[in-house]
Amino acid sequence: MNDFMLTLFLPLIVLAAGILISALAFAEEPVPPSIAQSILDLGDTNRELQEESVFALEKSGDPDVLPVLEALRGGNLNIWMEADGKRRIVMSGDAVDLEDGTQVLPLFEAYGGKPILDAQGKQIQVIEENLEGIRLGRRMRIKLTPMLDRLRLFSREAAIRESAATKVGLTGFAEALPILEQALNKEKNPWVRSALEEALGLIQLSDENPSIRKKAAENLGRIHALNAVAMLEERIQANDAGESEETDIAVKAAITEAIQKIEAWSVWTRTVETIFSGISLSSILLLVALGLAITFGLMGVINMAHGELMMLGAYATYIIQEFFVAYMPSDVRDLYFILAIPLAFGIAALFGLLLEKFIIRKLYGRPLETLLATWGISLVLQQGVRQIFGAANVDVASPAWLSGGLRVANGIQFPYNRLFIIALSIMSVLSVYLLVLRSPIGLKIRAVTQNRQMSACMGITTERVDAWTFALGAGLAGMAGAALTLIGNVGPDLGQNYIVDSFLVVVTGGVGKIAGTVGAAFGIGGINKILEPGLGAIYAKVAILLIVILFLQKKPSGLFPAKGRNIDL
Amino acid sequence: MAMKKDEEINIEETSQSGMDRRKFLKLSGTGALGLAASGLIGGLGFSSIARAAEGKGPIKVGILHSLSGTMAISEVSLRDVVLMAIDEINAAGGVMGRKLEPVVVDPASNWDLFAEKGKELLLKEKVAVTFGCWTSVSRKSVLPVYEKNNGLLFYPVQYEGEECSRNVFYTGAAVNQQAIPAVEYLMSKDGGSYKKFYLLGTDYVYPRTTNKILRAMLLAKGVPAKNIKEEYTPFHHQDYQTIVQKIKAFSRGGGATVISTINGDSNVPFYKEFSNQGLTSGDVPIMAFSVAEDELRGMDTSSLVGHLAAWNYYQSVKTPQNKKFVSAFKAYCEKNKLPGGKSRVTDDPIEAAYFGVYLWKQAVEKAKTTDVDAVRKAAYGQEFLAPGGKVMLDKRNHHTHKPVLIGEILKNGQFDVIWKSKGLVAPDPWSEYTSPDKGCDWVDHKGTYKKA
Repeated sequence: MNDFMLTLFLPLIVLAAGILISALAFAEEPVPPSIAQSILDLGDTNRELQEESVFALEKSGDPDVLPVLEALRGGNLNIWMEADGKRRIVMSGDAVDLEDGTQVLPLFEAYGGKPILDAQGKQIQVIEENLEGIRLGRRMRIKLTPMLDRLRLFSREAAIRESAATKVGLTGFAEALPILEQALNKEKNPWVRSALEEALGLIQLSDENPSIRKKAAENLGRIHALNAVAMLEERIQANDAGESEETDIAVKAAITEAIQKIEAWSVWTRTVETIFSGISLSSILLLVALGLAITFGLMGVINMAHGELMMLGAYATYIIQEFFVAYMPSDVRDLYFILAIPLAFGIAALFGLLLEKFIIRKLYGRPLETLLATWGISLVLQQGVRQIFGAANVDVASPAWLSGGLRVANGIQFPYNRLFIIALSIMSVLSVYLLVLRSPIGLKIRAVTQNRQMSACMGITTERVDAWTFALGAGLAGMAGAALTLIGNVGPDLGQNYIVDSFLVVVTGGVGKIAGTVGAAFGIGGINKILEPGLGAIYAKVAILLIVILFLQKKPSGLFPAKGRNIDL
Repeated sequence: MAMKKDEEINIEETSQSGMDRRKFLKLSGTGALGLAASGLIGGLGFSSIARAAEGKGPIKVGILHSLSGTMAISEVSLRDVVLMAIDEINAAGGVMGRKLEPVVVDPASNWDLFAEKGKELLLKEKVAVTFGCWTSVSRKSVLPVYEKNNGLLFYPVQYEGEECSRNVFYTGAAVNQQAIPAVEYLMSKDGGSYKKFYLLGTDYVYPRTTNKILRAMLLAKGVPAKNIKEEYTPFHHQDYQTIVQKIKAFSRGGGATVISTINGDSNVPFYKEFSNQGLTSGDVPIMAFSVAEDELRGMDTSSLVGHLAAWNYYQSVKTPQNKKFVSAFKAYCEKNKLPGGKSRVTDDPIEAAYFGVYLWKQAVEKAKTTDVDAVRKAAYGQEFLAPGGKVMLDKRNHHTHKPVLIGEILKNGQFDVIWKSKGLVAPDPWSEYTSPDKGCDWVDHKGTYKKA
């Protein structure tokens, strides 16, 4: 499994490293002299010169002047006198408290943002009084905000460029047109291009020339500009006098058509999103219910501590993470998660083994006592974890390679953590399927669960099979817990959030059938996501419970009832 | 004075019979009989508290916070800080020369148990004051107990208002001291002139009431109804896919913000989904009313950075007394080997619980007795230099005058204060937007009254 993950994510890691290296390479470049002079002039008391230098910096088109102007806007740009009396413009970082109670500000180069070091190679920190903050006149402050948005169009980060393009488009000033066109010519990233085209279209919608307006509407429709609907509708909306802002009939038609196109597109994106979230929710349900499908489904143990086994898996992940943070170099820290999944499986399985040996074994055939005993265990585990780790949740940081999402189309992004969980649950189901139905061990498991006495007569050590089967179910729960750290909290109550859902899935699926569990997970997850946009989260949940009740009235033994001889309790 | 003597003698007798009844109660267990018996004790309760007030030994102080169950995550810290305040006060000579003796009970996140434990504190332990509760439902559950037995409760958490109890002092914020200024800030030019508001909360009384008030306020300020969306999720909701998709669709065209009253463990799944689907704090900021430093301690903050919160205090507030308070709390947790130790943080409810103890102490010292009625009178208008700055108990309505601060979440789980109200904001338990005709006044009226 580790190999599989590596092949899956190696390209990403390489990519990230590449970006890092190229960023470092850029930082090494010397400051162009004209920019250095303009930055120095920012600190001048002459307001005219100050403004001129702001404009000069904007015109330079250098992506590294953006942080300088952002610091200027945020009030973090300062004049600093070096020991030799040289005036220098520096950026100050967040204040740091020293041991003796004084507060100091770390200094950074204005251009490039590197820390300023002293002779010993330590970053220079000064008290606030030694810096003179550069203040702008009000006129300049007002001008600076839209200027920053324009400059962000040339930022090195695509996300910033895209967000800036959208902002410039929505403010809708015609003066921004040339700069948008300039940015569009340089832009290679398709998402940013689409955002730039959208911005251009939005601004051109109020152009004087009807043919440009028509073209803009057509363009917006073509690129499915989801942000444009409100503005398009506004233009053709009739006021009380029956007049609309748009007077040209041809343009009106083009706008109506564009709106239709965008609406059709948004119906499509919503459908794709709903299907994806249905699959994602189902995969989570499947993952949390799979272990229970074995302990409850196959073995008939009503295991109320199933959720707490998940919690143990999640805390195992936390421990691994803390271990990596403490003992591993920071560049491999994010790989902890790859190790966490098998380890969570192992710890929960081991715990399950002990649980079976010392408690559950003594209660086979007494479902009510099992229910109470396992419920008690779940309470003990919760409070135990609370005593050891504290009542507060613990912080498990998702690895960077599972943050963010995969852009598939304008307006649709599939989060990596959800894609990962989908893959993990498919793999888990396949492994369980192969193990239970296609392996000698699985044969024994099935034999024992179907007829204990007969299996014992055939020479199977039923006790050992029971122990290992329970451990497998517990291990799967632990693994689910590790995966759940990607989407939720890690705290003593983690298991409580999933225990009802897991039983719901297993019972609906038909006790004793793994295929039933899969079917039920997808049924419940899918129906939930289909209902939720209309009904809201609360009533969707209510509706699901009602549907399950009605379904079980019709088919009391679930989707795929076990045929023939029933499970031997 | 003579009257009082008589009463005292009487009490000596009744408390004897009270003992018997308690034994009887123990034997009879719970059930209808138990209820009837406790009702009887309840009747005697008032005078027993008065007696405790005149004693000479240590003053018993109740702490009613969940130490187990789901709410332990938030409430344990409040117990810790109240115990610390009591330690501080005792080290400085106690109250009127008497030591404070904390009585800690664990209502285990169980609302009914709150009432039971509250009764135990008042009637069995005869505490002079109780510091406790977090959720509104737990407060509503103990309210009848405290009102019937004339107890005194200091409630330290921001809440939805619409309450005006004679037996409670509210040291947390009312809606007009947190939610309303926060939304006004977002609408202001400085805050980003947002025009569309997605009100998202967990389904219980605080978010529902807060959002009802916010909606009324937004409509009053001319925001069209189609630009306000309201949505709720069940407790412990984990799957925010659909809601984030809806927010994405809602935010198209710009100018949108999310006002979040999501509670507790639903926050991490929500923020993670939000950022993983490509929404950022720059485009659509989330303003939260239930996310504070203590909760951020257990969260992966990477997806929360840049989003906003509104409170009356942050650990990062720069005052000399806060510096002392924060390091004292860390040292206290370390010394007493509490989980988290030195890495513990302070936040708004922790501060409110802390200064609540001092406000009560000042009121007792002014009243020169721990008698509830006298302390209540003395408490009106009490001022205290809290870690976050001066606070004042209102002269009439049992709530607290506090500053309002808006903070931006930083990577280290702390807040950068980006806006601060001018001076203290007066508490308004009945919002002017939803209940313009109602007021809360315990001096000229009997609690909630109809404004003329």
